[in-house]
Amino acid sequence: MEHTSFPPLSRVAICGGTHGNELSGVYIVKEMQKQKVEKIGSVSVISVLSNPPAIDVCRRYTETDLNRCFSDAKLSSTLTDSAAYEMRRAHELNAQLGPKGGEKAVDLIIDLHNTTSNMGVCLILSYLDWLTLHICKYIQTKMTSAPVTVMQLNDSNADGYSLDMLGKHGFAIEVGPQPHGVLRADIFNMMKRTLDFTTDWLQEFNDGHIFEGGEVETYSFLRSVDYPRDASGQITAAIHPQLQDKDFTLLQPGDPMFLSFSGETVKYEGEPVYPMFVNECAYYEKKIAFHLAEKITLKVPSISVKN
Amino acid sequence: RPALPVHRSARRVAIFGGTHGNEMSGVMLVNLWVQNNTEVQRKGVEVQPFITNPKAVEKCTRYVDTDLNRAFTPENLSTLGGGDLPYEVRRAQEINRMFGPKGSPEAYDVIFDLHNTTSNMGCTLLLESSKDHFNLQMMNYIQASVSNSNLYCVCCFFAGLEVGPQPQGVLRSNIFESMRDILKHALDFIELFNAGMEFPPCTVEVFRLSERIDYPRDDNGNIIAMVHPNLQDCDWEPLNPGDPMFQTFDGKTIHYQGSGTVYPTFINEAAYYEKQQAFATTRRESLVASAIRKA
Repeated sequence: MEHTSFPPLSRVAICGGTHGNELSGVYIVKEMQKQKVEKIGSVSVISVLSNPPAIDVCRRYTETDLNRCFSDAKLSSTLTDSAAYEMRRAHELNAQLGPKGGEKAVDLIIDLHNTTSNMGVCLILSYLDWLTLHICKYIQTKMTSAPVTVMQLNDSNADGYSLDMLGKHGFAIEVGPQPHGVLRADIFNMMKRTLDFTTDWLQEFNDGHIFEGGEVETYSFLRSVDYPRDASGQITAAIHPQLQDKDFTLLQPGDPMFLSFSGETVKYEGEPVYPMFVNECAYYEKKIAFHLAEKITLKVPSISVKN
Repeated sequence: RPALPVHRSARRVAIFGGTHGNEMSGVMLVNLWVQNNTEVQRKGVEVQPFITNPKAVEKCTRYVDTDLNRAFTPENLSTLGGGDLPYEVRRAQEINRMFGPKGSPEAYDVIFDLHNTTSNMGCTLLLESSKDHFNLQMMNYIQASVSNSNLYCVCCFFAGLEVGPQPQGVLRSNIFESMRDILKHALDFIELFNAGMEFPPCTVEVFRLSERIDYPRDDNGNIIAMVHPNLQDCDWEPLNPGDPMFQTFDGKTIHYQGSGTVYPTFINEAAYYEKQQAFATTRRESLVASAIRKA
């Protein structure tokens, strides 16, 4: 594969509290703002509390999920008086960190999230980008204390709906398991380390280091599975104990998926797949019990900064 | 032989779910039993499953206006005001009418208030009084019957059954089934008691609530440290003076400065950040429960 170069990454945004009750990111950003962190080495840093009213009440959102407001369609819509707070905020963030797809957009957005699922450290890419894949590869080599997985959502730029889409490059750091509204020191420390490795990489990149090509193993989103429900929409089963906490462990046909309240086991039928976001609290209302993914090994070229 | 303390039959039992609308085990169990109560029927007992805070359950939130589980004060229960009152105060009054008034002959005999916690507390029975021989005997019976040894008893300000760890808004199968199993044995105990079985004296280990410890905060009330990784998830394990307690955001350790060993519980419960509590300390005691028999 041909060596690829990118312009220097001089403006980076670190965002926390995109979901107001995912506390690691909230407190990392609050600390950065308290310590007035504006530069890390050669990189100027903007730290952002994405959804302050949701943070104040410690809820995911006040009216609508902020992290679904950044598609091209939503960002170009005219805001009416009755527009949800988060739609307004998305437009504000687009003006501050974007505009999405524009020349003035920040070079990189790192969006900090937590999940109630047992996903460890998971780096989420909305679409494939050699630069962010190299960051992921670097973090995977450096983090020896915990496994790091890379997830790709396969969104087109236009459809990409998450906050990290606003920057020229972007990805989310998702760490779990942590209950929403709880701040665990071990989870906080893992997210901090992941962020520190990211800024280390940015230093090396801007300094001219050549990052060798290679392979990155990713989990590519296929589809979602909902809970079994009754006629009135109430769930009638829980994630089976043998699937609970088994994110990124191969699920084979015949493996248990749900345990109904009346004691029946519902088994998985289909091709072998990898479950992720198993029993994420916020996904009950989105009718998702878990996502399914296939493992895809991607080849990345060597990259360096363009001078 | 000495006269046994006699206790009236437990004829009417209530099972409350959704007192906190996002504590899912109780919500799902009570919904299940409201639809079909076969599982909770016992001879000689009327068992009433009941959702105490339906609005909070609908929104999957702890409470709408104020914490229902702190709303049963004498002032709240006697105040007038109708529609102007906070939703949970009105609910408390209604629940008191339906299942109480507490201490009166019309009150239900036993109420199981089902809760979950984000803390690693296993299954915890919360008792209001250390002199409650009926509940202590029930606790002893359940401990002897359940397969898991993760069962604790706390003397505290309010009664209930607390199972964790489980995030708010999440239903974990193992937590759900543990709570279901405990209630099964609790109802079996009540049935046996009502049938005239005598329960001999027994010793029950309890943890008596001592102090509430808050997070270190700055002058603006913001927390400046987190429960230390060495303390996180260590509910019921001894905390000795000098042991790590909190970790600041830049990695420094704050140590426990108490005068003796305590047993922490409710470590890092989500709902207690706003109540200024990082964890509670308890002291271990052995309580002797008298023999009991139905009157």
